[in-house]
Amino acid sequence: MTVNLTKGQAISLQKNDGGTLTAVRMGLGWQAAPRRGLFGSRTREIDLDASAVLFADKRPVDVVFFQHLVSDDGSVRHTGDNLVGGVGQGGDDEAILVDLARVPVHIDQIVFTVNSFTGQTFQEVQNAFCRLVDESSGQELARYTLAGGGAYTAQIMAKVHRAGAGWTMTALGTPANGRTFQDLMPSIVPHL
Amino acid sequence: MTAELVRGQNHPLPEARLEIRVSAGKPVLAGATLSDAQGKVRGAEWVAHPGAPTLPGLEVSKQAAADHRLAFDLDALPESVHRVDVLLALPTGTGGPVRFGAVAAPFVAVTGLDGSEVASYTITGLDSESAVIALELYRRQDSWKVRAVGQGYAGGLAALLADQGLAEAAQLATGINDAVVQGLSRSVAPPPPRLPEGDRALQTPAPAGSQGASGTVPPQQGAPGAPQHESPYDVTGEASPVAPPAAPGASINYTHPGRAAGAPPPPAPTAPPSDPGQPAQPVAGAATGWSMEERLYNQVWGMFEDLARTVAAYRSAVDFADSRMEQELDKALSDPRSRIGGQGHVAREAAQTKHTELVGQARAALDRDLTQLIAESDVVEPALPAAFARWDNPVWHGYRVPMEIPMALRLGDLHLPESENLRIPMLIRLPLERGLWIDSGRSGHHDELVDQDELRRLAMDVAVAHAARLLAVYPAGEFVVHVIDPAGSAARSLTPLVRSGVLPAPPAVGPAGVADVLTRLTERVDLVQMAVRGGVADALPPGLDTAEQLLIVNDFPHGFDDRAVTRLRYLADEGPSVGVHLMMVADREDAAAYGPLLDPLWRSLLRLSPVPDDHLADPWVGHAWTYEPPRVPRGSQVLDQVLDQVAEARRTWDR
Repeated sequence: MTVNLTKGQAISLQKNDGGTLTAVRMGLGWQAAPRRGLFGSRTREIDLDASAVLFADKRPVDVVFFQHLVSDDGSVRHTGDNLVGGVGQGGDDEAILVDLARVPVHIDQIVFTVNSFTGQTFQEVQNAFCRLVDESSGQELARYTLAGGGAYTAQIMAKVHRAGAGWTMTALGTPANGRTFQDLMPSIVPHL
Repeated sequence: MTAELVRGQNHPLPEARLEIRVSAGKPVLAGATLSDAQGKVRGAEWVAHPGAPTLPGLEVSKQAAADHRLAFDLDALPESVHRVDVLLALPTGTGGPVRFGAVAAPFVAVTGLDGSEVASYTITGLDSESAVIALELYRRQDSWKVRAVGQGYAGGLAALLADQGLAEAAQLATGINDAVVQGLSRSVAPPPPRLPEGDRALQTPAPAGSQGASGTVPPQQGAPGAPQHESPYDVTGEASPVAPPAAPGASINYTHPGRAAGAPPPPAPTAPPSDPGQPAQPVAGAATGWSMEERLYNQVWGMFEDLARTVAAYRSAVDFADSRMEQELDKALSDPRSRIGGQGHVAREAAQTKHTELVGQARAALDRDLTQLIAESDVVEPALPAAFARWDNPVWHGYRVPMEIPMALRLGDLHLPESENLRIPMLIRLPLERGLWIDSGRSGHHDELVDQDELRRLAMDVAVAHAARLLAVYPAGEFVVHVIDPAGSAARSLTPLVRSGVLPAPPAVGPAGVADVLTRLTERVDLVQMAVRGGVADALPPGLDTAEQLLIVNDFPHGFDDRAVTRLRYLADEGPSVGVHLMMVADREDAAAYGPLLDPLWRSLLRLSPVPDDHLADPWVGHAWTYEPPRVPRGSQVLDQVLDQVAEARRTWDR
């Protein structure tokens, strides 16, 4: 059963049967919106990038993005840069895998962001979504749709943070502007 | 005294012989163009680049690297040269960054031969450019000056060269890039890319950057599949692969060289179901691959990466705990309230408790992973084939001369301080892609107690053990070892090789012996290269030995004249692509008189030490790993027994 998250909503990543999740995948998918008017069939290529920033006590200590595909400790892996989107036809175009059991003990929050590297705003993107999947069973845990994209180029999607012995995910959905995750740091900090 | 130049600034050069050092953080290629008094580059022969690294008076590196040292002798340049432009470019087609904006600002420094810096320049403000003219050296009256240029080209190397007035710029740029890509393929064996557990294929399996010195590993080209046993005569990217002339009596192989066996491989062994809550029992060969050998190879690399990352997690957690405690202690100290009463004391204790707790958690996570990896190592080690196994593995007692070349060879063991009782086999791909350097110098060793003579002897023992292993894992007659021991000082270490009769000739002694061996090997390289380039491999003289060759050089440069040194450098450069490899057993200090001339030689070899030494970096996080050379157990006859069999098989094969 998928939970359609709304902004600010949090879900626990404890399994219903009491076990905890061991691996999750943050998937990102999108298609370029067709343009209106003349040459409407000419959709421009849009490069969205998914990144994950690892925080220890509100300090960024590692980041996984298209130039650093695996965190130094190996617990967070990016499956590779997709430059155009839409290839998954509704599936994930970029994905970040998190092996929760192996995340170093001092990392207490992982923030997922999406940036438009090519500079288009989310008005030009359609069917964009971000979802969290239980990697061991393939079950979708939560989905967040980037509906009604506005005139901004980035979004802070969600964070996964420690809660007791397990992890909790909170949907953030905060719009921001920036080309890569570095530009977003000021916008991320208030959510920690 | 160093001058820090800004763009456009110039500075006099005190000496004609100098080095230019480049550090760029990511692999870049470095080159130089010469131009005359009119500022014109007279042709492609006035461009030094990785494909044509040497011009009179200057030499650039043959490979793309994050750090370069370019050697210049301005007096040796042709009279007509009035300007030298030093250029940097990002290689294309290697999966690396494509714009300088994505890498750290490159830093260049002009230094004297003694390393003293004359002038330096950081090239800032680059964005979409992928090639840049870093510096120009130019004649002013009778002396030379350097100017910081920093002119970038978004059109890359081709645009840069075209701007210099070269008509065939695009063609030359393509050639340069090909040379770089070829250079990359000559580096250490890459690790297999690891696939995530899911069904998605990795789109970019490039390991993050390439750190470290001699132990760096470039991204793998191509997907994991059948192991590619390339013919030693293949020259990457040139001509079509030419089959080596079939040995008399050998059967013809009808299988498609680029295609793996048609039948699907037998399934990998799987772990028995484990109790809930317990980690799965490790099983040898539980990795992807077309054969058990390849699975074990991939599993070893998997363990290597897991250990690197687990330790990285532990170290980062401990570092974080340390810095957090420091901050909290500072805060407690600077708080005026803490001076009265016990509040300061309480705050300090709280900070220390938090530190202890976090470090304890990190240690527990590390111990959990180490236990799992040690359990895996305990089942993997005994299952390893001879080429991957330690000398004390029973597999060596049942040794038989193999029919096929194995995919890799164990060069020793690797471990980290956190994992004293877990040794990862250090495997490199066969055929060898670069030579080896057993460092008998004291430079890298912290242990002052080790005696210099003892080190030299140990180094030669280790070299003999490596050579014996290479001889043993190749089919009969497909690997030949030559030895140069100019002063005859290593006779004791060489006994196993000499006694068993695996050497085609006794170790060469004296300058005449040195010259003779080098001449023969140089001729062989020339012949095979010509044949391969001309596409006429079957035109090789019938008497030519088609086996791979290893040349062990002891006591370098003793017994070497300038001509012999030149021959040796030639072998180091051209040999590996035609199956001729060097194993230098040397102390770099002994050859210090040659200056930077020999730097490219040392750089082209994989440095190994005769005693445990932490000089190798992994390709993922760049830890300094302690390398331990392979040891034959004391009193064991295994080396002699194995070599006897090799010699016996060689005699039968020769008949």
